Amino acid sequence: MLEYIAIIVSAIFVNNVVFAQFLGICPFLGVSSRLKDAVGMGMAVTVVMVIATLVTSLLQIGVLEPFGLGYMQTILFILVIAALVQMLEIIIKKIAPALYVALGVFLPLITTNCAVLGVAILVTQKGMNLGESLVYAFATAIGFTMALVIFAGIREQLELSNVARPMRGVPIALIVAGILAMAFMGFAGV
Amino acid sequence: MKFLKTIYNSAVVENPTFVLLLGMCPTLGTTSSAINGLSMGLATMLVLICSNCVISAIKNLVPDKVRIPVYIVVIATFVTLLQLLIQAYAPAIDESLGIFIPLIVVNCVLLGRAEAFASRHNVVDSMADGVGAGLGFTVALTLLGACREFLGTGSIATLQIFPESWGALLFVLAPGAFIMLGFLIAIYRSIKD
Repeated sequence: MLEYIAIIVSAIFVNNVVFAQFLGICPFLGVSSRLKDAVGMGMAVTVVMVIATLVTSLLQIGVLEPFGLGYMQTILFILVIAALVQMLEIIIKKIAPALYVALGVFLPLITTNCAVLGVAILVTQKGMNLGESLVYAFATAIGFTMALVIFAGIREQLELSNVARPMRGVPIALIVAGILAMAFMGFAGV
Repeated sequence: MKFLKTIYNSAVVENPTFVLLLGMCPTLGTTSSAINGLSMGLATMLVLICSNCVISAIKNLVPDKVRIPVYIVVIATFVTLLQLLIQAYAPAIDESLGIFIPLIVVNCVLLGRAEAFASRHNVVDSMADGVGAGLGFTVALTLLGACREFLGTGSIATLQIFPESWGALLFVLAPGAFIMLGFLIAIYRSIKD
């Protein structure tokens, strides 16, 4: 039990996926100008990341390792994630139309979210078992959502402030992200 | 002449890092030093040139509806090849870039150039685009890596310029990546205006 708690705290705070591992920066910068979008994106990433890690871990354990096909990992994982995202989109559209309206636009973007593929590869590199992998994926997604929501809140305020012209938009947002990353470094005890 | 113009356009006018803001994860994650930035840039450039050529060559064979998965498979194939080559011949680079080598697959620069350029132009033009965008990406990463390394440890590409103890270690760590990139984009914009 204790090790699961360690994984959760480490993945959310100490090794935050955005601020410490630099994964999922594109959606972090792209979908963070409004708080509502940030929450939607975070939820979509959470759903996809947990299911994708489950499927890719099972494939790794059941197919790649027994047959010595480790070198096929990158191709197989990205195809599985792309197919999974498509399937999820269709399923959510059928089962929960309201949820689809909230998440729909974000789902296709997740295929190229490197955090999803990154977590799938990281758990195999770290040699985690299935339970640990799922906990790690979920905690990472929560960390991503948290980073996105905090950042979106700041960016909404940033819209109203007077920033020097070349710094407007992304540059000032990156510097804010840098300051946030500094705050998150505190969790690592630097 | 057109070849050079395409390279210039893809490298400077539509610079992947400073203008299009694509491929931010490796840009921030692998630029703790100039050498790391350069090797990541070159690795991406190699995959980009190969995938652009192949995608442009097969563009008429691929049905429109399945084109994105096909592009991803082409890109993933080259990434796997590169990953195996780096593991075999340059294990030091493999160690310093780590997870970011397989993650070249989801670098938006590659899919972006495939969709926006290679799927509409012939092989030679697509190759020029690959060289240009790859060069732009490599230069941006090397520059960012060099700035961070210089401010953080006082050296550029391991050449010591001022004593290491004067450096602000922050620039080598995660926050420095965001802050430095923010300033570099702002500088690029003010030069361009």
